[in-house]
Amino acid sequence: MNQRYAWPIAVAALIALPFVYRDPYHLHILILILIWSFAYTSWSLMGRFGLVSLGHGGFMGVGAYVTALLWNHLGLSPWIGIPIALVSAGALALVVAYPCFRFRITGHYFALVTLALSGIVLQVITATRDYTGGSLGYTPERTKGNNIVALQFDDKIVWYLIALAVWLAGLLIWHVVDRSMSRYAMEAISEDEDAAAAAGVNVTFEKLRITVISALMTALAGALYCQYQMFISPDTVSGIAVSLQMVFAVVVGGIYVALGPTVGAIITLLLAEFLRIFFGTKAVGWDNLVYGVLLVLFIIFLPKGILGSILERVKVGPAKAPVVKKPA
Amino acid sequence: MESFLEIFDIYLLEAVVNGILLGGLLALLALGLNLIFGVIDVTWICYAELVMIGMYGMYFLVQYYGVSYFLAAPVAIVLVAILGAALHYLVIAPLLSGPPINQLLATGGVLFVLQSFATVAFGIDFRNLGIRLPVLAFADMHFSYSRLLAFGAALIGMVVVYLFMTRTYTGTAIRAIAQDRQIMALMGVDTKKIYLITSAVGGALAGLAACLLVLQYDVHPFVGLSFGPITFLICVLGGLGNFVGGFVAAFVFAEIISLGGLFSDLEWGYVLAFGFFIIMMFIRPGGLLARRS
Repeated sequence: MNQRYAWPIAVAALIALPFVYRDPYHLHILILILIWSFAYTSWSLMGRFGLVSLGHGGFMGVGAYVTALLWNHLGLSPWIGIPIALVSAGALALVVAYPCFRFRITGHYFALVTLALSGIVLQVITATRDYTGGSLGYTPERTKGNNIVALQFDDKIVWYLIALAVWLAGLLIWHVVDRSMSRYAMEAISEDEDAAAAAGVNVTFEKLRITVISALMTALAGALYCQYQMFISPDTVSGIAVSLQMVFAVVVGGIYVALGPTVGAIITLLLAEFLRIFFGTKAVGWDNLVYGVLLVLFIIFLPKGILGSILERVKVGPAKAPVVKKPA
Repeated sequence: MESFLEIFDIYLLEAVVNGILLGGLLALLALGLNLIFGVIDVTWICYAELVMIGMYGMYFLVQYYGVSYFLAAPVAIVLVAILGAALHYLVIAPLLSGPPINQLLATGGVLFVLQSFATVAFGIDFRNLGIRLPVLAFADMHFSYSRLLAFGAALIGMVVVYLFMTRTYTGTAIRAIAQDRQIMALMGVDTKKIYLITSAVGGALAGLAACLLVLQYDVHPFVGLSFGPITFLICVLGGLGNFVGGFVAAFVFAEIISLGGLFSDLEWGYVLAFGFFIIMMFIRPGGLLARRS
């Protein structure tokens, strides 16, 4: 009963929030949290099945740069540019992931192959500096005021609502996957690929599907980040550091629960802002230092993440109520 | 036209030789990582950051305390060796029984720690030793002595490790553990001790690489990112834990980077190398020298 009403109320409260409370700085932080939460959720979609990708920085970079490049050089509206960017990221995911899964590249090897992918995207962006601005970063051309065609808004409330919608869509996708047969297939695969294949699971197809979904979502996050911030650089949207940042936030928040990546995003972004405000420019590096220490401590002592561990406590705790599944 | 071709060939030859010199260094880096992987079955994502710390160690010893280069080098090597052992003791050992991917991610966390520690402690300035070794001009080609020195020292380092692994009791135990983790504990080998020694040796190799790299490159907190990923790819391409494969792959990669850099920007050399890696993973997923099953 509580569960049934909790979600709609929470969503309604989140939608109403910017109309009641409109401090631009806090709204800005919220928007960033929502966009990154979406990116982290898309990573956890794969990560929870043991498909540890260090290539998601690459997908995010493709999403951001393809959208921005098409807008600046060809004048293509992001409404067309974003789908093209998504298709590019999806194609990239297919090209890299299909042979990986076909030839049973798993575990360490998969992580390192995808690491190479991050590296390639970063180097290509840096090498084509005549078009992409290289490591100095890149700015999509500004239009005046709110412009729907250019997907540029001065109003933070609009961005907040867009980010909220995308974040909710991400959670919905997570939920659908969680409830699907795919989930059982993927869990079987992560336990033992041969046994899963023998039981009739199409291993390559299942893994490929979840990877492409995850890559598409990550690319969308990259494109949104680009449209919102109006500035992208290889360091902030692509490369190995971004990939590791995703892994870190998800592990801290909780990899096996729907809101885990969101909790991870809240913690990491607030921590970064907190250190930035209290230490100012002296804080350069401190946030990552704290992240790194936390990441190591979490993996050693709390591998299920903050939210995952809390939920587990609650479930195991007082008078475990029998779970009755209602027919849909 | 003819003179153009001549010049071109000289450049080509110079690039090939420089590729070989680079290959020696990369092979040294790959050897350390391969040793750790082959014996402990862990990938140190932060390996290049250990090298970075070693480079800072060299910088401060030589520039700040005025120690001579050849005295500072052993100190830096020991420093990074201790760091390697500490990394194993503090981070890897508690995770050895967990899923392997957790160890990978934990060392990813250490990567953040070391990088940001360097940022906080040393700042983001580029620093160098201020030692400028002369350039060797030979038949219109130019090679810097620092590269030749690095190549020679890297080869010597690898030979020393080879002798250690084949001629000493500890080395034999390390190789035995790499072959069968469970049985060696029953044979009376102290696995924990061997792991710690292996980590220290891996760290020492990173330290040696640091001493050599610091001659050629400026130190900054993110210097690890410029050769770290390449090192992993070399190890995977050679087959993780396969020393000979890593050695061959290092030279293949170095040539691709060097020749790719000759025809276009250096970044494209890296792009080519990364692309080559992904293609090779599909052709030979088990590594360059793996037998096809």
